[in-house]
Amino acid sequence: MLPRPTTHSKALGPGVAGPELAVATSAVLDRPPQPGAHLPLSGAQPCAVDPATLADPRQHTKYPYVTGTSVMAIKYKDGVLVGCDTLGAYGSTKRYKNTQRIYHVNSKCVVAAGGEISDFQYITNLLDELTTDDYRTDDGIELTPQEVHSYLCRVMYNRRNKFDPLWNSLVVGGVQEGKPFLGMIGMIGTHYTDSHVTTGFANQLARPLFRERQQDDMSEEEALKLMYDALRVCYYRDKVSINKFQIAKVTKDGGVSISEPFALDMRWDYKLFAQPTKWAVGAW
Amino acid sequence: MSGIGTGYDLSATTYSPDGKIFQTEYAQKAVDNSSTVLGLRCKDGVVLACEKLVLSKLLVEGSNRRIHNIDRHVGVAVAGLAPDGRMVANRAWDEAASYKRVYGEPIPGHVLCERVGSYAHMFNLYWSLRPYGATVLMAVYDKNGPALYAIDPSGSSLRYFGTAVGKGRQAAKNEIEKLKLSEMTCREAVIEAVKILHKVHDEDGKKFELEVSWICDETNKQHQRVPPELLTEAERQAKAALEDSDMDD
Repeated sequence: MLPRPTTHSKALGPGVAGPELAVATSAVLDRPPQPGAHLPLSGAQPCAVDPATLADPRQHTKYPYVTGTSVMAIKYKDGVLVGCDTLGAYGSTKRYKNTQRIYHVNSKCVVAAGGEISDFQYITNLLDELTTDDYRTDDGIELTPQEVHSYLCRVMYNRRNKFDPLWNSLVVGGVQEGKPFLGMIGMIGTHYTDSHVTTGFANQLARPLFRERQQDDMSEEEALKLMYDALRVCYYRDKVSINKFQIAKVTKDGGVSISEPFALDMRWDYKLFAQPTKWAVGAW
Repeated sequence: MSGIGTGYDLSATTYSPDGKIFQTEYAQKAVDNSSTVLGLRCKDGVVLACEKLVLSKLLVEGSNRRIHNIDRHVGVAVAGLAPDGRMVANRAWDEAASYKRVYGEPIPGHVLCERVGSYAHMFNLYWSLRPYGATVLMAVYDKNGPALYAIDPSGSSLRYFGTAVGKGRQAAKNEIEKLKLSEMTCREAVIEAVKILHKVHDEDGKKFELEVSWICDETNKQHQRVPPELLTEAERQAKAALEDSDMDD
């Protein structure tokens, strides 16, 4: 067992045991020779366990590692549009630029996620098991988007109750009994359905656009234009995003189609971008 | 019937003096008395076809399913006791699902057929269980291509180019041997399968339904029932072929 290092920084305050106390005591000098004393500390067993976790064997998700950023979705006349970029970021590094964050569940439903990509892969495995079960019973009945939404909400909430959440914000989009359906589920089980849903940065950036311009009876052209504008805004202002998007379209008659990744034209020649701090208070 | 295996046929754990296990043989008999089921493995996939006798006019059309999806790339057709076949199909589903959970990819055909074979065989080992009275024809399309397997009540699982089980199996197998399966596409094989079923059907005057499924490149390697238009076209051709041969007689 390696001793757990603690901080002996004198900056903590008076009375802290400083480095002067790190002398070999009789406990160290008088003890019998340790069997591995001549061996280097590297070369430990390949699966050495951090002793801290042995104290508390429960594993909790504490932070996400590879993350996706915002997802935005709107209803329109024929169905729903779900859009997001294709980045899996590792902190600030734009590491995986080819991740598809939209999952095709069945002919009526898609699920898109922001947050921890590995947790989303676990969720898509669960959904795949459910849809294969539907395929197996072969009675023409498929999971509806509302059922998928309720199911995922229970999954997220139960994980939250175990203090081991799936670190995702999920968007469920589809067509339910001929009518468009959009729902969102947060990582603690918060959920709602609405005419437009957003996760992550899109909450702040795209939602105002949707509130202003989204109508349930929009044409597909208007809806696409609105979606492009929303994606553009999120790329302009979200540091961890890339100019490579996918839009999924679910319609009453057409089923599900997830577009190939595409880029939007961006303008970086706005004068204020050139000298962003020119008129800022306190800038020189 | 009594007298065939008197004394040696009471339990699956008793051999007869001439080396047979009569309970297994009797289970085979249950399969042999059922309506015909056939499978054809063609160059781009596999076709399964069942002849279903309509037991009563009160039955809803399309009920009493004998073809089951096991996974997207596997389907089975059941001959013999339908509930027994359903149990075997359910076990195949469990095996396929657990393989996917553990190994992350769809179960290969030869693995699934061995697992189902071992499962069926287990019921021949204990006096407290009876063998399943069903033969399962399994159509698979995996990385190694299309394959047709037959698992019978004794637990033996064999791989076929084409085979038939049930009442009309002898006549059906004769017809299948005449076909050049390795050069046929599944679309053509569906029509041939329906023709064969119509030909070997006992002319009792009893109405029968067909349940035909396929798994091929055309269906994106997924097992599903053939589209209704193809089935009607196949029935039409089959009936025409029968009339032709009737006229020849």
